[in-house]
Amino acid sequence: MDHNSYREMDLLRFTTAGSVDDGKSTLIGRMLYDSKTIFEDQLQAIEKSSKQRGDDYINLALLTDGLRAEREQGITIDVAYRYFATPRRKFIIADTPGHIQYTRNMVTGASTANLAVILIDARNGVVEQTCRHAFIASLLRIQHLVICINKMDLVDYSESVFHAIMDDFTNFASRMDVSDMTFIPISALNGDNIVDKSEHMPWYNGPTFLYHLENIYIGPDANQVDPRLPVQWVIRPHSQEYHDFRGYAGRVAGGVFKPGDEIVVMPSGFSSRIKGIHSSDGELEEAFYPLSVSLTLEKELDISRGDLISKPNNKPQIGQDIDLMLCWFSEKTKLQLKGKYILRHTTKEVKALVKEIRYKININTLHKKEDDFDIGLNDIGRVILRTSSPLLYDSYRRNRIMGSVVLIDEFTNETVAAGMIR
Amino acid sequence: MHQSYSVNHLKHLESESIYIFREIAAQFQNPVLLFSGGKDSIVITRLAQKAFWPAKLPFPLLHIDTGHNFPETIEFRDQMVEELDARLIVGSVQASIDNGRVVEEKGHNASRNVLQTVTLLDTIEEYKFDAAIGGARRDEEKARAKERIFSHRDEFGQWDPKNQRPELWNIFNGRKKAGEHFRVFPLSNWTEMDVWQYIEKEELNLPSIYFSHEREVVQRNGVLLAVTEYISLQADEKPECKRVRFRTVGDATCTGAIESEAGEVDAIIREIAAVRVTERGTRADDKRSDTAMEDRKREGYF
Ligand SMILES: Nc1nc2c(ncn2[C@@H]2O[C@H](COP(=O)(O)OP(=O)(O)O)[C@@H](O)[C@H]2O)c(=O)[nH]1
Repeated sequence: MDHNSYREMDLLRFTTAGSVDDGKSTLIGRMLYDSKTIFEDQLQAIEKSSKQRGDDYINLALLTDGLRAEREQGITIDVAYRYFATPRRKFIIADTPGHIQYTRNMVTGASTANLAVILIDARNGVVEQTCRHAFIASLLRIQHLVICINKMDLVDYSESVFHAIMDDFTNFASRMDVSDMTFIPISALNGDNIVDKSEHMPWYNGPTFLYHLENIYIGPDANQVDPRLPVQWVIRPHSQEYHDFRGYAGRVAGGVFKPGDEIVVMPSGFSSRIKGIHSSDGELEEAFYPLSVSLTLEKELDISRGDLISKPNNKPQIGQDIDLMLCWFSEKTKLQLKGKYILRHTTKEVKALVKEIRYKININTLHKKEDDFDIGLNDIGRVILRTSSPLLYDSYRRNRIMGSVVLIDEFTNETVAAGMIR
Repeated sequence: MHQSYSVNHLKHLESESIYIFREIAAQFQNPVLLFSGGKDSIVITRLAQKAFWPAKLPFPLLHIDTGHNFPETIEFRDQMVEELDARLIVGSVQASIDNGRVVEEKGHNASRNVLQTVTLLDTIEEYKFDAAIGGARRDEEKARAKERIFSHRDEFGQWDPKNQRPELWNIFNGRKKAGEHFRVFPLSNWTEMDVWQYIEKEELNLPSIYFSHEREVVQRNGVLLAVTEYISLQADEKPECKRVRFRTVGDATCTGAIESEAGEVDAIIREIAAVRVTERGTRADDKRSDTAMEDRKREGYF
């Protein structure tokens, strides 16, 4: 790799989904292998494990099978993160298991992704789980889907099989909110259309999998319109040199801030102007997502963690009745109507009461079940929460950071649910 | 004049790490930064400095000292602590051995690497730290690939990989009960290459053992070990003099060197771009078994 080009690479985060045995681990292993991003010692380790297991070829899937329990059961059970870079891009893969119970993991992996890869076994076509994966991707607002139709070697590299599956999926996806879909016929095992173009499928004129990932245009993945800075921490040096310094530190969650801009602090409603924007590289002329900065203001105001800095002509919504889509994560408990939870939203923590459960979604058919309020592990439902103090938010559709929450069990401190504000 | 509001991957990672540091300061009462004098801990220390500038670091540094150090690293550590005007706490594995908390391993493969866990947990308990900030990266090893950025530890300091809290968006849940603590990893999403790129960009100083130098080494289990007073040579082992550098600096008994002519950061980056062995592949402690890291982590290792 030319290391100068490395300096100007951008970052693409993607997530992978597929049912068990669709070939997800093989695909990732193959991509790392063919793009020469796996290392010799890793290769030796999996060669050794493959032999021990009695596999007659190097089992590339072992590259991504992390923990002992998983290896024993032969399935991936948790989100694992992988990293690789080509001269064009750095990639972070949130690798999530396809096992039926683990909607939770896919939601987790999808929450930070710009793109989702969905695997389909060419022999089985679109199955219930495929629909679920597509639905979760659209629910989490992943704009780009890459649908890999795998194991083409087992259907004689048939063009008509590929097209039938593509039509099926497109049909289903028309009911969802996905802006960009790309279909690629592959054989992960043999490496067809992964890094190199397949000789077996001359009828396919599209990009290979890696080429597509390297070249797809991913627009700025954050809101650039609505200025939002959730205050994380107030920097007060207590030193001679910076005696009066007060920096309101946080990561910009939307829009653009410039020195001299008039700002308003919520919930107090006080206003001031930005004096300076301090960052890791000195003072900045402007700040936007994903930069972590600290602002100094012209007036001294009482601001603390959980407050939000925005602008007088563009404020977030404010309210205590929050309407959201909730995905339940806990194995031990179910969502309780009238139950109380701790709610985390940006840098704020409040209490929340479950006021209403509107419906549960059948995530395989996308039907609303209006009479089913039983929301347990891996279920998704529409819920109204009442918070102990007002939240400053935007809809998840408008801004992922300003529209996402997690619920925490008061007693166990476990994260029990994730929500997207409507 | 229109400009695109995007940043390169290094800026993205830096900004994420700074965000994590500020969450640590806000969510914990008594955090501590684990500092080994190695390149990853030098990088996280720089990020911490940036997160709180112009204020000083709002937490002390903790070095778990195996006693088997490369002297260059200790010198470097002390100098850096002075420049930062930070507080340094040293947890000594030798002391844990002396007061019977752990028993020194025997044999020619003996290493104090595993013993560190006890010293670390004892020190965390003694000072009532509720978060220990480490420089581990998910690309280092497959068990790490699943670890959360805010990683919960029970009252015995143990990690339960099957019972981790889901971590979504950029919302971190650092809530815990008395006696429990967290390990937090601000470099989770960095790779070895990113770390070196950052060292170059920030012009960070590193201990000299990271750069090519002449040293007496011995080949053992596929790893080039430095010949120091801490390892005992077998009859058939012949020390040789080679030009080497280290890719990680840990305990001198288990950190392997690689043959290299790279004498400066730029050359190292070029070398890494070409090199075909992972960093941990040069560590003898991970070669003990395929799940060595996972087993150690469950017990409370870094
Ligand atoms: N014939 C064929 N087999 C494949 C292909 N991709 C994966 N497999 C096999 O399908 C099985 C499941 O693959 P794996 O990657 O473990 O699936 P995962 O559960 O989705 O991670 C393994 O036996 C693979 O060798 C392919 O393209 N063609």
